[in-house]
Amino acid sequence: MRDTSSILPLRVENLVFEVGGRRLIDGLDFGLERGGTTVLLGPNGAGKSLIMRLCHGLVEPTAGSVRWAMPGGRRGAAKSHAMVFQKPVMLRRSVFANLTHALAAVGVGFRERRRRAAVALDRFHLSHLADRPARVLSGGEQQRVAIARAWALDASVFFLDEPTSQLDPAATREIEATIALLVAEGRTIVMATHDLGQARRLADRVVFVVAGRVEEDAPADRFFTTPASPRAAAFLAGDLVV
Amino acid sequence: MDAPGILEAIVALVDGTVPGFWPIVGLSLAVTLSAVTLAAAIGLPFGAFLAIARFPGRGLVVVAVNALMGLPPVVAGLLVFLLLSRSGPLGGLGWLFTPKAMIVAQTVLVLPIVVALTRQTVEDLWREYAEHLGSLGLVGFRAVPTLLWDARFSLVTALLAGFGRASAEVGAVLIVGGNILGHTRTMTTAIALETSKGDLPLALALGTVLIALTLVLNALAYGAGRIGAQNAG
Repeated sequence: MRDTSSILPLRVENLVFEVGGRRLIDGLDFGLERGGTTVLLGPNGAGKSLIMRLCHGLVEPTAGSVRWAMPGGRRGAAKSHAMVFQKPVMLRRSVFANLTHALAAVGVGFRERRRRAAVALDRFHLSHLADRPARVLSGGEQQRVAIARAWALDASVFFLDEPTSQLDPAATREIEATIALLVAEGRTIVMATHDLGQARRLADRVVFVVAGRVEEDAPADRFFTTPASPRAAAFLAGDLVV
Repeated sequence: MDAPGILEAIVALVDGTVPGFWPIVGLSLAVTLSAVTLAAAIGLPFGAFLAIARFPGRGLVVVAVNALMGLPPVVAGLLVFLLLSRSGPLGGLGWLFTPKAMIVAQTVLVLPIVVALTRQTVEDLWREYAEHLGSLGLVGFRAVPTLLWDARFSLVTALLAGFGRASAEVGAVLIVGGNILGHTRTMTTAIALETSKGDLPLALALGTVLIALTLVLNALAYGAGRIGAQNAG
């Protein structure tokens, strides 16, 4: 088991994000302990992606704080948290070069990054695609490459932003199996989804977000059987929640 | 004037019967390629900078660069002439009426094209890559090498456009070079001269050679781009 105690727990306190006078994240509090899969669940536009971007340091909050246990963990490439986007960003290079580029960006030396890229591709059964241009792969393959790329960086926390929303069921199954692999390695997953079925399959903990606020934060089994908030109950019942 | 006349003139040019033809071609290529290389060295980084930098007055700079793409070659030539003439600020260099002055003038013409097209290309790519590169800590100018490399196939086209502008223009090199035979005479200035002398077959033959060279270069770049694009997706 890897030692990930250095950057977790994560404490998010009274987080606010406004753009053009609109408050998209409205005083959000939440904590993240090591291990397991935390699913940010909620309707489209609830702010799930934004919360992850704020935690990952891609977006500066208007107010409030994002504090990783490790000093300087919030920003910078060596932060050991990585993000995989809804639509994977593939550089106009080979699959292998996509991985080595990311490793070079965080300062890994030439030989070591070639070694780590090869190990990562092997780990996720992508070695046969190593020399293919990354952008001609299927959506599912691209998403797996994106996860392998984050894994190669040896991130202990993975932010996954609706990683399967553009994929067919077969590719979705492969991504979910890949996520299970990460969890089994003791890595911490934070995943945004509006897909209830996926949340049921993967979540250990559900953070239910509506309109930029945490509506409910509960262990998955309790959330799905006895939701505490009326909005969560409505969402689970298939109603539209705003 | 007739087709056999042009053909005869081309044959005479190419087989060396007309003295000084190959040096003219050589000088044209040397001047233009030097100018494009210089413009690339300055324009690619500057274009990328303009693409990702946000500063007051950026819009003005972008508009100015775009407008300069249409700078008339004779005006560029005049400016460089004033700059390099004996009483000008850089007169001490003694570059006027030398190939160096011609390279400077053509660089001035090519640079806005390279900057403007690089800015456009890199800005589009930046929009797509920003979050991923930001996630890797490649923010601000640390992102530039990645962006330039991934835009490489489009940027070749930008450089070709610059090459086209430089190799085709006559006004600037005529003013700052002086069209001195064996020293600063290029294909375009030679064509202008032969035309005014009335030697139309020779002028047309030179023009044909110039077009052929441009065609070959573009074909090579197109082929390279196609192969590259297939490999990079």
